[in-house]
Amino acid sequence: MSEPIQATAAIEEIAPPGPWREFWSYFSENRGALIGFGFIVLVLLAALFAPLLTPHSPFEQYRDYILTPPAWQDGGLWRFPLGTDEVGRDILTRLIYGGRLSLFMGMIVVSMSLVLGTLIGLMAGYARGVTDTLVMRAMDIIMALPSLLLALAIVTILGPGLINAAIAIAITYLPHYVRITRASVMAESSKDYVIASQVSGAGVMRLVFITILPNCMAPLIVQASLGFSNAILDAAALGFIGLGAQPPSPEWGAMLSGALEFIQRAWWVVTFPGLMILMTVLAFNLMGDGLRDALDPKMKR
Amino acid sequence: MLKFILKRISVVIPTFIGVTLLTFALIRLIPGDPVELMAGERGIDPIRHAQLLHQMGLDQPILVQYWDYLVGIFHADLGTSVVTRAPVIKEFFTLFPATLELSICAMIIAVVVGLPAGIIAAVRRGKFTDYSVMGLSLTGYSMPIFWWGLLLILLFSVSLGWTPVSGRISATYWVDEVTGFMLIDSLLSNEAGAFLSAVQHLILPSIVLATIPLAVIARMTRSAMLEVLREDYVQVARAKGLAMPLVVCVHALRNALIPVITVIGLQVGVLMAGAILTETIFSWPGIGKWLLDSIYRRDYPAVQGGILLVSCIVILVNLTVDIFYGVVNPRIRHNR
Repeated sequence: MSEPIQATAAIEEIAPPGPWREFWSYFSENRGALIGFGFIVLVLLAALFAPLLTPHSPFEQYRDYILTPPAWQDGGLWRFPLGTDEVGRDILTRLIYGGRLSLFMGMIVVSMSLVLGTLIGLMAGYARGVTDTLVMRAMDIIMALPSLLLALAIVTILGPGLINAAIAIAITYLPHYVRITRASVMAESSKDYVIASQVSGAGVMRLVFITILPNCMAPLIVQASLGFSNAILDAAALGFIGLGAQPPSPEWGAMLSGALEFIQRAWWVVTFPGLMILMTVLAFNLMGDGLRDALDPKMKR
Repeated sequence: MLKFILKRISVVIPTFIGVTLLTFALIRLIPGDPVELMAGERGIDPIRHAQLLHQMGLDQPILVQYWDYLVGIFHADLGTSVVTRAPVIKEFFTLFPATLELSICAMIIAVVVGLPAGIIAAVRRGKFTDYSVMGLSLTGYSMPIFWWGLLLILLFSVSLGWTPVSGRISATYWVDEVTGFMLIDSLLSNEAGAFLSAVQHLILPSIVLATIPLAVIARMTRSAMLEVLREDYVQVARAKGLAMPLVVCVHALRNALIPVITVIGLQVGVLMAGAILTETIFSWPGIGKWLLDSIYRRDYPAVQGGILLVSCIVILVNLTVDIFYGVVNPRIRHNR
């Protein structure tokens, strides 16, 4: 057992240094991807240091300042740069704190569906036969349902709430990861290096997780990045229809759920939360496209 | 050909069974007593509880229950709504034309705008037009459509006053339901202005619902077109001196359309999910809003039946597209 380990270690040493640098040079060629990446970092930093950036609490209601317009409009105050909502909460503060929820949501959903999907995909792709057929049929069923509809069904069972919404969304996106992993495992496992590893006595676990899995990572990383945007979008949709994050929480979708009432009086209540959703989702999609170009070996010259 | 069709259908059957399993499990997985959930009552006295339990067949073994459920489905019996006491399937198909009308209009907008946009982007590759089309379509693809709907209401209904905010037609018109499609019924009603009112009500929801399919179609058309434009036969056509528009529209488009048609078929699921949000914003009386309202009202038989029917529609449309794809493209037909 010890020999193959040394052998792989030796190969790693010989490998040309700087796969990161190579990746970065491809990634940074894509201006959209860089902008997306920059915006995500910005939202992330704002979310992390939210209490330092804003003097208000996202829940504090300034009852004397209900529906104050943005600062640059007549009647606006620089205390509330983007105005206040129907109970006098500062909208900018809520947007900053809402970033925490959306990114958290994306993180939870992507890690759940990535880990679970990869495991199931590895199993199906490596075991083949009946396991494979059963798994893929189950995935077909999940794929056959529109994602929001399936999420609705799951939330109906689990009850509304942020975590339940995350579980529901994670399940709806599971098939993507399963299919990608399964396909790459099937492609990889017939290659010489896998057979060599097998012949030299590697066990199933070692074969699957250490030999095959690292070579399937590129498409999974791309899918995970795009998965972030889907998760944020669906979480906001569920929050909007009242089945995701619940009202006092400053989740961007939930912030919009009562907004239709104020559409005639207060455009800022309606506009800014949606703009944040759009820009964040767009940023993740731009970054995902950039990652695909940088990681996809077919695109490389 | 027949073999191909039968094969595609046989692949769909397990999916259908899986969906029935899911909706069957739905009622039994919701926390609470299934009898009270299905009857829509709380604190039923024990004698009536036992009666209902027997009446609903919930005292049977689970496999028998599932079998009864399947038999019910094939007899078009999806239970009765707890709220209206009407059969779920009847409620569904009363509201379905509204959703269908909205979806068809959305799809028409998506294709009519998306297809040319994708073609133009492909032809003007790397130019400003290409970048703007692709930028816009990525924005559309990332759009939270419930917010997009609110924005359009803010602009066109509130600020400009051009379009109404909700419903299918102005309350001043009485239109007899003939086809269930408001555009056709309002024309048949002979009431002046009814058709215009129906169009005004339909336009914003259609645009909102069309946004994501439009973006996807534009992106797909562009990449399919780019691929085809690289082919030798296109080069030959151009070398013979045919004008570029002719080459693109006649020679290249036919082959570029094949993957695009598949993508259009796949958008049906997106439309159904989008309908839930769009109909909610615009108070459009279709199945999306009905399904969501049923969830709010804890009308579980309606939720169960609605999810099953919507899934079946999506599965059927995808099957049709699959078969159509095989008819159009012999390579697919013979490969599988």
